[in-house]
Amino acid sequence: MIGVAHDPWMPLLVALPATVACLLALCDRALPRRVVDVVAMLTVLGVTTGSVALLIGAGNGRSLTWLGGWHPKDGVGVGIAFVADPLSAGLCVLIGSLATCALLYSWHYVARGGTHFHALMLFFVAGMLGFVLSADLFDMIVFFELMGAAAYALTGIHIEDETAVEGGLNFGLVNSLGAYLSLTGLALLYARAGQLGLPQLGRLLPEHRVDVLVVVAFVLVLAGFLVKGALVPFHFWLADAHAVAPAPVCVMFSGVMVELGLYGAARISLVAFGGVLSEDTLRRTFVVLGLVTALLGAVMCLGQRHLKRLLAFSTIAHMGLFTIGFAALRADALTGVVLYVAGHAAVKAALFLLAGVLLDRHQSVDEGQLRGLGRGRWGEAALFFTAALGLAGLPPFGSGLGKAITEDGAALSFGHWVPALFVLVSALTGGSVLRFASHTYLGIGDRGEPETKAESPEDEEAESGAPRHTPATMTTSIVGLVAAGIVIGVLPGIRGFASAAAQRLLDTDGYASQLLDGGPATPLRHDPAAAWTGTGILLGIVAIALALAVAAAGLWQERLPWLRLGHPVMRRLHRLHTGHIGDYVAWLFAGLAALVLLVGLART
Amino acid sequence: MQVLAYLVAGYLVLVGAYGIVRSRHLVHAVVCLSISQSGTYVLLLAVGYQHSASAPVFGSTTRPNRHVVDPVVQAMTLTDIVVSATVTALLLALSVQINKRHGTVDPDELIALRG
Amino acid sequence: MSRRARLLVFLLGGGVLAIAFVIGVVDMPGFGGDEHPYRDLAVPSAVAHGTANVVAAVNFDQRAIDTFGEETILIASTLGAVALLRPSREETVRRPPDLGHTLESTRLIGYVLMPLTLVLGADVVAHGGITPGGGFQGGVVLATGLHLLYVTGSYPALDRLRPLLPFRTAEALGAAAFGVVGALALIGTGSFLANALPYGSFGQIFSTGTVQVLNLVVGIEVFGSMVVLLAAFFEQEISVRKQDA
Repeated sequence: MIGVAHDPWMPLLVALPATVACLLALCDRALPRRVVDVVAMLTVLGVTTGSVALLIGAGNGRSLTWLGGWHPKDGVGVGIAFVADPLSAGLCVLIGSLATCALLYSWHYVARGGTHFHALMLFFVAGMLGFVLSADLFDMIVFFELMGAAAYALTGIHIEDETAVEGGLNFGLVNSLGAYLSLTGLALLYARAGQLGLPQLGRLLPEHRVDVLVVVAFVLVLAGFLVKGALVPFHFWLADAHAVAPAPVCVMFSGVMVELGLYGAARISLVAFGGVLSEDTLRRTFVVLGLVTALLGAVMCLGQRHLKRLLAFSTIAHMGLFTIGFAALRADALTGVVLYVAGHAAVKAALFLLAGVLLDRHQSVDEGQLRGLGRGRWGEAALFFTAALGLAGLPPFGSGLGKAITEDGAALSFGHWVPALFVLVSALTGGSVLRFASHTYLGIGDRGEPETKAESPEDEEAESGAPRHTPATMTTSIVGLVAAGIVIGVLPGIRGFASAAAQRLLDTDGYASQLLDGGPATPLRHDPAAAWTGTGILLGIVAIALALAVAAAGLWQERLPWLRLGHPVMRRLHRLHTGHIGDYVAWLFAGLAALVLLVGLART
Repeated sequence: MQVLAYLVAGYLVLVGAYGIVRSRHLVHAVVCLSISQSGTYVLLLAVGYQHSASAPVFGSTTRPNRHVVDPVVQAMTLTDIVVSATVTALLLALSVQINKRHGTVDPDELIALRG
Repeated sequence: MSRRARLLVFLLGGGVLAIAFVIGVVDMPGFGGDEHPYRDLAVPSAVAHGTANVVAAVNFDQRAIDTFGEETILIASTLGAVALLRPSREETVRRPPDLGHTLESTRLIGYVLMPLTLVLGADVVAHGGITPGGGFQGGVVLATGLHLLYVTGSYPALDRLRPLLPFRTAEALGAAAFGVVGALALIGTGSFLANALPYGSFGQIFSTGTVQVLNLVVGIEVFGSMVVLLAAFFEQEISVRKQDA
């Protein structure tokens, strides 16, 4: 089914949460807390429903609208378009669903009034939706800054927590600088091509020489999105922000915001630069980024004792894997990435909410301090272990399915090291979470050395004034997320959607022709590769076994003295993550320079 | 010179970033960020400029014609300026609270997020 | 990293990027050239919709969704800053002390200039569709005009004359109105943020359709937003103090 081509109601998905947020900003203190909760919840439910309708309406094709009625004539125009292909519509559904879970969890959370939490969350959602739907580069940057502004405030919202405000500033400074660098790149592109829309740029750039200017513009434009996507060496802010932001906010960050960075980079590279940078160049650039990110994230994850920081580095590692999957530039690998992102979002969100529960109850998420404190809480432990196994890629979780399909597809582009890397990274990250869970809920393992104060803040700010037992709203959201993680891996319809999303993303000629010439969407192939395979299940089980081994090694470190060989490397890596804003900016520029050389030399 | 304006813009972006790298005071770092941003404005406006063209506003003395500077970059810049003022304010608010909690605004002394 | 190592990393990275930038920029169309394809499309479109200020047409008609995003960033950042500057659990808000002494002549200048500046700001907002200016610029003029009371007088004087609720209302309703106008245009003409009102005659104040309305709405929002933002900073600095144990 090709679907509805013209959908003028799409912008309401962005306008609705923004407008409700404005009104909530005004009435926040005057209305009782429950009313604010209900209004915010209804809004995100409305957004989710609208996104599902958008997804169904788009079908396998694309829905689009030229805002303000400014349709292009002969391929050029002054207007801005919103486009909903299966990928962007699917991301809208993901944004809405995660926001619903986050707000459900917040029902008993952030008890203090006057913080404008709900209004900021709605602005955050509006920004992400606008970013995903927009087909104009400047418009994307505008919505990117909107989601950024709301995110910086949400990160630092617990002003009494000294780490929260510091994390918020690190996040804000680096991401804003990234956005300004993207704007610089946009100015260069505008000078060369004279248009700002993605498909227009895609058509106009190849008409000019492909020279250093294009390479510099490419790297600069990508800067903001690579920072947001937390690819190495632009990733330092992520661990800081996740360690200090409230748990429901972390759900949004790790579940979808960071992935949007990769989405932006992917969409721009393919549509705007597809005609001037060869597939080989793009492949080489993104696979290097992905590989370094995956390895660094996994290794850093291993050495963390602060649960939220641990989960943050796990997100970075997975972002590396997603990037490698994208780098293959094949429909099958991309299908896997879509499933992997969705599955990862579900289990990662569940883990962050569980971290919130622990923080709320014990005022700490440090592994050493929580040892054994979870004993007896069987339901919670079951959820924690299940989610951790889901993160490691246990079949039938969506993350497992996504991992299997991605590594299969990417191996065809890059070689057999890909599945090995995927198994390794899943094992290291999943194993770290399992180690944490075992320490906390089973009370087993070595006592471990006392941590330095800097790494595990002792009086972590309690995140709610709720009583000691976990409210039903919190438990429901966690159970729902874990269940969703399994459903994603099992339901065949989702695989079909992922395949359509992948193919439409790669169909850049169709994108341009449908938007600029008003042509119809071309039919898609049915992709039988999107399914569980024997190899996939086998590798998944291998990853789980390795993860258990990693967890065991972490638990009983003192009995394995040869592990100490790795300590100097770990210590060096840890020392690089200083929390100093100057370091982050220095690495940012070093990374951009490396990219310029990488892309520039890959072209010759 | 043909490219002086662009070079000035690039210099502003770079020197702002340099300021953040060398900064010893968070307010200074945030202001350096806005210097970087003003570099992007200079670049946008420079790209849109045309010699001896008039402003893109018509009235009783100027009949509509195409011999005007690029209005699109001007539109982008003017909204961005007002918006960046508020984003800068957001970052400064964070700096104020950091000062309250840590007693310092020197990035070299803010060590709570190490590792 | 040590300060030296940090500088070295930055100089290496920034250096390579700078060299690449310079090489690239040499191939850009020269400064002041006359090839501006987007302008060639924007100007006739603006004139066709009766808007004499092409920049305003681009902002509120052709690329209105950009401006919608920007004005949402405005209120979101202000909200964020206000939330971050709130008195914490250990703090209270006290009445601002009436310190200092200003010259009579300075205060007189303030009393004379403030209404003039406010009128100027309102004029800039109102004529945004047909002369240089508009909601963003005029809103900032209005907000800073109000603060002449602080600059030439005292903070308590400003505090008395600037009740926060009207400005918070202005900010929120102005921002919300942008989306509502867009939605009304959607219902009326089938396109979000389309220029749906009659165009009138070129060069007259009511000739620009929704550009005029959106201009006004943004002006109200920016005015409210800037006042609220500055008020939060003032309060944090002057009135918020640690609670006595």
